[in-house]
Amino acid sequence: MNSAVLEERQDQVHRIGEGEFAMACNRDSLAGAVSQRACVFCGSRVVLYPIADALHLVHGPIGCAVYTWDIRGALSSGPELHRMSFSTDLQEKDVIFGGEKKLAAALSELIDRHSPKAAFVYSTCIVGLIGDDVESVCRKMSAEKGIPVIPVQSEGFKGNKREGYAAACKAMMRLVGTGDISGISPLSLNILGDFNLAGEIWIIRGYLERMGIQTVANVTGDGRVNDICRAHGAALNVVQCSGSTMDLALMMKEQFGTPFIRASYLGIEDMAESLYAIAEFFKDQDPGIVARTQDVVRDELSRLMPELGQYRKDLEGKRAAIYVGGAFKAFSLIKAFRHLGMKVVLVGSQTGTQEDYEELASIADPGTVIVDDSNPLELSAFIKEQGVDIFVGGVKERPIAYKLGVGFCDHNHERKRALEGFEGMLNFAQEVHSTVMSPVWRFTPRWGKNVAQGSGPREE
Amino acid sequence: MESSNYVSTTNACKLCTPLGASLAFRGIEDCVPFLHGSQGCATYMRRYIISHFREPMDIASSALGEKQAVFGGGPNLKKGLLNVMKKYGAKVVGVATTCLTETIGDDVPSILDEFRKEFADLPLPAIVHAATPSYSGTHADGWREAMRATVDALVVDQVEANGTVNIFPSLISCEDTRHLKDIFTSYGVKATILPDLSETLDGPVLEDYRPIPSGGTPLSAIRAMSGARASIELGRTLAGLPTAGRVLADRFAIPRHSLGLPIGLRETDALCKVLEELSGREMPREMQLERGRLVDALVDGHKYIFGKRAVVYGEEDLVIGLVSFLSEIGVRPVLAATGGKGKAFGRAIEAVTRDILPEPCRAVEGVDFHDIAEQAQELAPDLMVGHSKGYSYAKEWNVPLVRVGFPIHDRFGGQRTLHVGYRGAQTMLDRVINAVLDKTQTDNPIGYGYL
Repeated sequence: MNSAVLEERQDQVHRIGEGEFAMACNRDSLAGAVSQRACVFCGSRVVLYPIADALHLVHGPIGCAVYTWDIRGALSSGPELHRMSFSTDLQEKDVIFGGEKKLAAALSELIDRHSPKAAFVYSTCIVGLIGDDVESVCRKMSAEKGIPVIPVQSEGFKGNKREGYAAACKAMMRLVGTGDISGISPLSLNILGDFNLAGEIWIIRGYLERMGIQTVANVTGDGRVNDICRAHGAALNVVQCSGSTMDLALMMKEQFGTPFIRASYLGIEDMAESLYAIAEFFKDQDPGIVARTQDVVRDELSRLMPELGQYRKDLEGKRAAIYVGGAFKAFSLIKAFRHLGMKVVLVGSQTGTQEDYEELASIADPGTVIVDDSNPLELSAFIKEQGVDIFVGGVKERPIAYKLGVGFCDHNHERKRALEGFEGMLNFAQEVHSTVMSPVWRFTPRWGKNVAQGSGPREE
Repeated sequence: MESSNYVSTTNACKLCTPLGASLAFRGIEDCVPFLHGSQGCATYMRRYIISHFREPMDIASSALGEKQAVFGGGPNLKKGLLNVMKKYGAKVVGVATTCLTETIGDDVPSILDEFRKEFADLPLPAIVHAATPSYSGTHADGWREAMRATVDALVVDQVEANGTVNIFPSLISCEDTRHLKDIFTSYGVKATILPDLSETLDGPVLEDYRPIPSGGTPLSAIRAMSGARASIELGRTLAGLPTAGRVLADRFAIPRHSLGLPIGLRETDALCKVLEELSGREMPREMQLERGRLVDALVDGHKYIFGKRAVVYGEEDLVIGLVSFLSEIGVRPVLAATGGKGKAFGRAIEAVTRDILPEPCRAVEGVDFHDIAEQAQELAPDLMVGHSKGYSYAKEWNVPLVRVGFPIHDRFGGQRTLHVGYRGAQTMLDRVINAVLDKTQTDNPIGYGYL
C-alpha cells in the first residue's frame, strides 16, 4: 500500500486485481486528512443553486454565502437571481441573542426587493447550535409574502454532502405537487440531477424534443419554481447524478407514483443508452418514438465520430486519473476515455457508495487504483506512481495535477464548455487533447523521467 | 462614517475571518493551516484560495460531526493534529477556530495543553491558536489575528539583539512580498517579513508533490523577532488594533513603526523615510530611479485620467492605499468601500486625501455590493478598482474594472499583481491609464491609432 495513505484510510483504497474487492465508504472524513469533501450545506447549496427564480438566503455568518456566490456555471435562460449571494451575515450579538428576527427582516427585505417565486433558507452550522426556529420564521414569512419560504436543513456538521442532497430533495418536495398539471403531455418527463453547466440541459432537452417528449421540470439546471411545483404531472423521472436527486425520485415515486429511470449524459454509450431507455419507457404509448430516437443518435454520431477520430490519433495509449464528487460521473468517464483510446488508471470519488464502487471495480482495468474520500497527498502519490497524463477533477484537484506537471480537465461546477451529450463528447475530447498535447510539459521536471509503468511523459 | 442601510447582505464585500487566518498561516515555513470546525469550511476556503493563486492550498480540518458538536471537538482536534504531524511533518500548525467551535465553546488553549502533555514523547510541532469566529470581523482581521497569535505564542524568549527589522504587512500579494524584500535588501536592512506567501503560494512546478510547499517565514526567524531593533507594520488600520507588532512592543519594548501599505508615491515615501532612518542610508539609486520614472509617468499620463471618478473597494488597508495612490495621479476616488468595520477607516481615508483631493472621498464601512451599487449609481463612476467580485457591477455600468488585491478569480496572475513600492505604483498607473484608453478606443467609432 502506498505510504501516503493514513493507516485508518487503508480500507478506502483498493487496487484492482489485488485481493477480493472490498471498499469502506460513506464514512465521516478523517480529522487532519485534508479531505476534498465539503459539508452538508455544500450538498444542499449545489443542488438547489440553479433554481434561477428563487431567492437563496444563507442563514449564518458570511463565509458560507460568500464562498458559494456565483460558484456554479449553471446557466439560466431567464432570471438570474441564483447568481447572487444572500446572507443574514450573523454577528456575535445574533449568536448570543438568536438570529430569528434578523432572518425575518432579511427575508422581508429581499423578497420585497426581488419578488422571487420562492425562497430557500439554508441553515448553516451555527443555526443548528443557537437553536433558531427557522421553520416557524419561514412559515410566518410565507404567509406574509404569499410565496413558499422553505427551510433547508443543511447545518454543515450534520454529515457530509450526501445529507445535504437529502435536505435539498426534502426542500424541493415541499413544492412538488402544489402546481397545476393540466396540459402536460402523456409523453413527458422531469430531468433530475442535471445542473445546466455550460448549457448542458439545453442539449439534452433538444434531443428529447426531437424524440417528441415534453420536459416538465429541470431539476435543477435552468430550474424554475413553478416547473418543480408541477413536476408530479410528468410521466417519468429521469435521474442523473444519482447521489444528488435520487431521494427526490424516491419520494415522488412513493407520493405520486412517478416511476424513474437512471441516466447519464456523459460519453457516447451512456448518452445513447439513456435516450433509448427513455424511448423504451414510452414506446407502448408511441411506437414511433424508437425510430425517432435512433434517428437522433444516428445523426449525432455521424457528425461526432469522424471528428473524434482526429483526437484519438494523438491520445491513444495515454493514461488518465479521475477524482470526482459523485461516482456516477466516473463510470461514464471511464467509457469516454476508452473511446479516445485512453486508459483510466486511478479513479475515485468523494461520496461514492458500496454499490458505486463495486460497479467501478467491475469495469476498471487491472492495476487501477480506486479511492474513496481521498486527499491531496494520496492523489499526488497515485498520480505519480501510475504515470498519469491527465487528471479529471474540480478546482481543488487542479493544482495537484499542475504542480506535478500533469494535464488537467475541469469536469466540475466551473466548466465553461458543455461536456454532456454527443456534442459534449467532442468538447471533452478537445479539452483532453488541449491539455495532454500541450508543449509545456517538456519543460517540467517530470518530463523524461521514468515514471511508473505507464506512458507518462516521455521524450519525443 | 456611513454604513449599510439594510439588514440582509447581498454579494458581500468581505470574506470570513478563518480564511484570512489560513492564508496568513500558509506564510510560515513548514506550517499547516488547520481549521477547527466542520469539514466544509476548509474545503470551501481551499477552493476559494486556489482559484486565485492556482497553487495547492492544503488546509487540514478537525472535521467535526454532529456528535463532536454536542460533546466537544477536543478528541477530533487532537486526532487531526496527530494525522497532520504524521503525513505533513509540520513544524508549525496554525489552528484557527470557526463559528462552529467558538459557539460550542471548545476551550482550544486547554485542549492544546492537554495534547502537548499527552503526546510529550513525540516530536511535537509548535502549535499556534488563533480565535477566529466567522461571526466577528473579516478575513483581514483573521490575517492580523493569526500573526498576532503566532508572535504571542512563539516569540517568548528575549534573544540577543540581532539588528533585524520585523515587517508585518496587511494582506498583500506574492509579488508584493518579493518586491518588499528587495526594497529592504537594497537599503541593507535585514528584515523578517511575516507572513511570507511569496514562495508558498507562488512556487515552481515540481517532480514530487511537497506536502508543505517550500518558503514562508522560518520558525527560527520568528523566534528571533525578540532581538529585532524595530517592527514595521504596514496597514493604516493596524495602528489602533491588537497586532504582532504591539505584542513585541509590550513584551520586548521593540519600537513599532505604524505605516500605511506602501501603495502609491507618498505611502512608499513614508516607508523609505523609515528605512533611511533605520539604515542610515540614502535611498538607493535604483529606487531613486524608480521614483523618478514614476513621477515622470505621472506627468506623461496625467491628462488621460484627470478627474476620472473611481469606486474603490476591498480590505480596509488596501483601499486606503489605493485611494491615496489614485488621489495622487489625478483620479477622483468618489467612493471608498469596505465590508469590514470599526477600524477608523473613514479617518484614514480622510488622512490620505485631505491635502490632495478637492473634495472628500466618501468612505463607507460594513457594506456589501448592494450598498456599493446603490451609492455608485448617483456617483456615476468612470472606473472601478478592486478585486474580481465587482466585475458584474462594472459590466452592468459599462466601466472598466482594474483588478487588484484578493481574490482575482477571473484573470490570470493575481498572485503576481504588484501593488507596493514605486514599481507597484508604476504598474498600477499603467494599468489604470490603459483601462481608460482601452475604453476610449473601444467606445469610439473612429478607432484612433494614436492615443
